[in-house]
Amino acid sequence: MRHHSILRAVTKFFLPYILLFALYTQFHGDYGPGGGFQAGVIFAAAIILYGLIFTPKLARRVVPYRAVYIFMALGILLYAGVGIATILLGGNYLDYNALNHHHPVHGQHLGILLVELGVGITVAAVVICIYYAFADRLES
Amino acid sequence: MIAEHPVIQVLIPLLGAPLCVLAARGVFAYWVALACSLASLFVATRLLTSVMATGPIVYELGGWAAPWGIEYRIGPLNSFVLLLVALLGALVMLAAKKSVDSEIPRERRHFFYAAMMLCQTGLLGITITGDAFNVFVFLEIAALSSYILIAMGHQRRALYASYQYLIMGTIGSTFILISIGLLYQMTGTLNMADLAARLPAVGDTRTVLISFAFFMVGVSLKMALFPLHMWLPNAYTYAPSAVSAFLAATATKVAVYVMIRFLFSIYGPAFAFEKIDVSQILGALALVGIVLMSAAAIFQTNVKRLLAYSSVAQIGYIVLGISFANVNGLTGGIVHLFNHGLMKGGLFLTVAAVVYRVGSSDLNAFRGLGRSMPITMFLFVLGGLGMIGVPLTVGFISKWYLILAAIETGHWLAVALVLLSSLLAVIYVWRVVEFAYFQPRDRSSDPVGEAPLSMLVPTAILVLATIVFGVSTEWTVGVARAAAVFLLGGHS
Amino acid sequence: MNEQFGLFNYWVVITLMMTGFYILIARQNLVKKLIGLNIFQTSVFLLFITMGKVRGGTAPILDKSIEIYSNPLPHVLILTAIVVGLATTALGLAIVVRIDHVYETIEEEEIHDLERGIKR
Repeated sequence: MRHHSILRAVTKFFLPYILLFALYTQFHGDYGPGGGFQAGVIFAAAIILYGLIFTPKLARRVVPYRAVYIFMALGILLYAGVGIATILLGGNYLDYNALNHHHPVHGQHLGILLVELGVGITVAAVVICIYYAFADRLES
Repeated sequence: MIAEHPVIQVLIPLLGAPLCVLAARGVFAYWVALACSLASLFVATRLLTSVMATGPIVYELGGWAAPWGIEYRIGPLNSFVLLLVALLGALVMLAAKKSVDSEIPRERRHFFYAAMMLCQTGLLGITITGDAFNVFVFLEIAALSSYILIAMGHQRRALYASYQYLIMGTIGSTFILISIGLLYQMTGTLNMADLAARLPAVGDTRTVLISFAFFMVGVSLKMALFPLHMWLPNAYTYAPSAVSAFLAATATKVAVYVMIRFLFSIYGPAFAFEKIDVSQILGALALVGIVLMSAAAIFQTNVKRLLAYSSVAQIGYIVLGISFANVNGLTGGIVHLFNHGLMKGGLFLTVAAVVYRVGSSDLNAFRGLGRSMPITMFLFVLGGLGMIGVPLTVGFISKWYLILAAIETGHWLAVALVLLSSLLAVIYVWRVVEFAYFQPRDRSSDPVGEAPLSMLVPTAILVLATIVFGVSTEWTVGVARAAAVFLLGGHS
Repeated sequence: MNEQFGLFNYWVVITLMMTGFYILIARQNLVKKLIGLNIFQTSVFLLFITMGKVRGGTAPILDKSIEIYSNPLPHVLILTAIVVGLATTALGLAIVVRIDHVYETIEEEEIHDLERGIKR
């Protein structure tokens, strides 16, 4: 992709907006359409686009394998951790009301935000990982 | 704290998986996996004792009440299956370290343990949940992780076996998904108890009939009921030995559990056995499967494959018991579900020990092992006696109840075929015994030592359990009978 | 006639399901089989989405001007099923890549021949 200067320029221009849109979808998910799944995939799409245009090798310098694995695990731990926190605070598993005894609605907000964040992190990491797994094959 | 146990049961292995990934290289991943397996065994034991003492436990996830939220509902049947999965998970994990170290490359080991944890999560989840769609989700978690585990076998055929299983397994679970969708369309609910209450009103519609057909085909694929078993022998033969032991003992059993659960507590015996009379076709397939697969096992030259074919035959026994739809038959089916899990787990673990020492599960590799690995082979023989159904082993107990039920309902052919298949089992167990005890070892091959203690102890526990539960049957049969009466509730 | 047309979505579901299933059974190429599997799964997604539709209903968003909205539950269920489908496809393709690596073919018959030791 060395000579496709238009693609390279346009990609550089687009990347921040794709990442920003991913964050918007992530954190606005409890008010409008969106949420962890979609945001994770959009976020991963930005990295994948970068990998497609600037070779997977460079993409792996941005998000190395090790980071992918760590985030994959951290996302699940965050999701399950919220559940455990609700149990410890005296509610059922993932009963967000228990997160804030004085204002259950605030608890709901916090709970869904954290859980969706966990989902988003894991989905982004998994999709990037799938891309790497196949892209590496072309390089070797 | 017992109130939170249902969700903790699933959470423990679910948390174990990411921790294994984080642990990365080194032996830490193994200890995480082992600790999680033992903890989930502890929880499963407490759940079973609590259910038997005080009756079903209900847990509402997220605090949402039943028909809207997902609920976990644990009765005698699923606490029994939970214990089987957790017990096998823990014992296989205890035995796994040396076997995995020799079969899985170092850089993939932590992923192996993570996949093992996810597989446990899936199987425990299927068993514990009271929500039909949730069953599908956990079914796929268990299935996807077992495709990964099987593909990790060191022979190249493992890849193709895993691919075949992936195709067949996905068809199976998609069929189940279609059936759940059609049920939802007719009733507007996914909660099992709620479904059972609303289905009789629409039981005459074609949609429900079709959903039943899709479900039966899908679940038969999942549990490898003859003739939909084609994926199983390859998958269990080429998988890493520890995986063969775990999956053979639990995966198909959990699929059978799903069938029992849907037949009896969603569609209901009145619909499944009186309106459609599914027992005819189930019984026929089970009997043909028992005889043909036992016969096929005789001709195998690989001991893992031999045991895999015998597994398909044993699934036949369980399904036969279910097809009678009376208390004795169902008790026999459920108790065999548990007993066969113990026996097959034990047998596959002895083969894992042989593979660890000799490097092959080929029948020729067993030559002379009776002398060089006496304890391992002795345990194999004890497990084999159970497969045959010799009195004082668990195999006898389950066959006893099956035959009782067959006589009760006047199926003399079934009695004859069950006895015939026991004779076939004598032959295929004898083939291994003959190679191990009566054939000399090649002079040229290296001397072989007894299996390491870390593998012998869990194997011995499983095999001795098959003897203990064969002699004192009150506990297993008691739980199974309670489950059978519970399932047939008011019907028998 | 009109009644049949009203079931348009279901006809599409059945066509897709049978197309996918046919590819799955008839094709020898491992990648094509996965494509068939995908079409097969997609038909099920469509089945679920169709049953969630309420005539005249809009997207299930909380707003004062909206009175009739489609049933959101099947959408959520199918979101999960799509993710499962994605995982299955990715895993299937990854296995096919490894099969291609060790067997140097992705045709089912050639793999069988290689295993039986028949040289081509």
